Amino acid sequence: MSESGSGYWVILLTLLVAAILAVVPLDRAVAWWRPEWMLLVIIYWAIALPHRIGLFTALTLGLLMDVLEGGTLGQHMLAMGIVVTLAKLMYQRLRMFTSAQQATVIFVLAGIHQLILQWLLGLQGLAVPGFAFLFPAITSALLWPLLMPFLRGVRRVYGVT
Amino acid sequence: MPAVGAAIKPLFIKESRLGVKLTLGLLLCVTLIVADLRWTGLSTVRSAIDTLLTPVYTIASIPGAIGDWQDRTIRSRSQLLDDNDRLRRENLVLQGRSQQLASLQADNARLRALLNSTTLLRDDVLVGEVIGVSPDPARHQLLLDKGNEAEVYLGQALIDARGLMGQVVEVSSTTSRVLLITDPTHSVPVQINRNGVRAVAEGAGALDRLTIHHVAATTDIQPGDLLVTSGLGGRFPIGYPVAVVSAVERNPGEAFARIAATPTAELDRVRHALLVFSGGQADEPPAAATVAASTDAGSE
Repeated sequence: MSESGSGYWVILLTLLVAAILAVVPLDRAVAWWRPEWMLLVIIYWAIALPHRIGLFTALTLGLLMDVLEGGTLGQHMLAMGIVVTLAKLMYQRLRMFTSAQQATVIFVLAGIHQLILQWLLGLQGLAVPGFAFLFPAITSALLWPLLMPFLRGVRRVYGVT
Repeated sequence: MPAVGAAIKPLFIKESRLGVKLTLGLLLCVTLIVADLRWTGLSTVRSAIDTLLTPVYTIASIPGAIGDWQDRTIRSRSQLLDDNDRLRRENLVLQGRSQQLASLQADNARLRALLNSTTLLRDDVLVGEVIGVSPDPARHQLLLDKGNEAEVYLGQALIDARGLMGQVVEVSSTTSRVLLITDPTHSVPVQINRNGVRAVAEGAGALDRLTIHHVAATTDIQPGDLLVTSGLGGRFPIGYPVAVVSAVERNPGEAFARIAATPTAELDRVRHALLVFSGGQADEPPAAATVAASTDAGSE
C-alpha cells in the first residue's frame, strides 16, 4: 500500500503552476479568454485519482482562488466544489471518451463553473454584461486535448497513483 | 493503465456519503459567502492566505520584471542621452515652477488662518511596486509589494504621477491589494477644480471612464474640467487630481446630466505608485495652526 499516496508533491506542483498561470498578468484584450487553469488541473486529478482528489481539495483550492482573485470568499469554493463533484460522478465515462468528447464535457463543466460564478457575482450586483463570462469555458475546452496528455505523461513518469 | 505494486486499485470508488459531503461543503461555501459579505472579520483569514500566496504573485510577475530589466539594461547610448536630456529639461521646468511654492504655501496658510480654517497638511508618501493585477478582468485591483511591515493601512490612497489611482482594501504582511477608482464598486468624492462644485465619481468597469451621477442638469460643469478629490468622507486626502470631464450630456427630459470623465492616472501601465500617508505634518509651524478653529468656513 506504500505506492498509494505517493507523489503528493507532483500534484501540488501542477496545482502551483496552474495558480501561477491563473494570475499571470494578461493584456486587457485577451484577459477575458484566460482558461480556468486551476479548474482544468483539478478536474484532471479528480478523474485520474478519484480516490484521492475530491471535494475537499476542490474547496481548498477554491478558497485559494477566491483570495488570488480578491473576490468574496466562498465563490470559487462553491463553483469548484460542484464542478469537481460532477466530474467525479462520471470519471469512468470520461476516461473512455475520445479527446473531442472529453473537450465537450470540459466545455460544459467549465461553463457550469462560470455560470455559478456569474450568478454569485450577479447577487452582488457585479455581473459581467454579455456572454464574455463564457469565453474561459471555450478556451478551457480547446486547451484540454493538449493539457490532458501532458498531465497524464507527468503522472506516469512520476508514478503518481 | 498497468497496476502498480501488489495493491490493485478498486475499479469503483465507494462514494456512498457523496450527497452528505456535497451538502455540507456547499453549506460551508454559502455560509462563507454570506459571512464575507456581511462581516469584516474574515479579512484576517484572507490576509493570512494572501501572505501564504505571495510567492505565486511574485513568480507570475517575473515575465514583466524581465521586460523591465531589459528596458533598463539593454539600451543604446543615444537613447540614454536622449532620456538624460529630456529629464534635465523636465527637471528645470519643475524646479522653475516650484520656486514660488514656498512663498505661496506660506501665503495660503496665512489666508486660511484668517478665514479660520485649518492648515492644509502635507502628505508623506511611500513608493510601492505593482506586482500583480487581479486575474479577473471584471475586477480592477492591483497588488502592491508593500504591506503591514511598511505600515500600509486599510483605506490608504494610492496615487501616481498624474492623479489618484485607488485605495487599499486589503493588507497582508508583505503585500496589499488596491481597488482602482474605475472598479464598478468604487466611488470617490470629488469637486470641480474650477468652481468647487462637489460630486461623486463612480467607476464604470472600464479603465478609461468614470461616471458622475446625480449632478443637476443646470450645474456649471463642462468638458475639460479637472476633478480633484474633495476630501469629504475623510477617506481620500484633499486636492489630488482624479479625472478630466470628457463628455456632458444634458437631456431636457432628465433631471440629471450624464457626465463621463477620464481618469488622469495611468491605471493600466504604471509599475510604481505612491501610497499616501495623509494627516502628515502641517506645512506651517504649529503657531499658525492654533488659530485654526474647527469649522471649515473656506468652502462657501
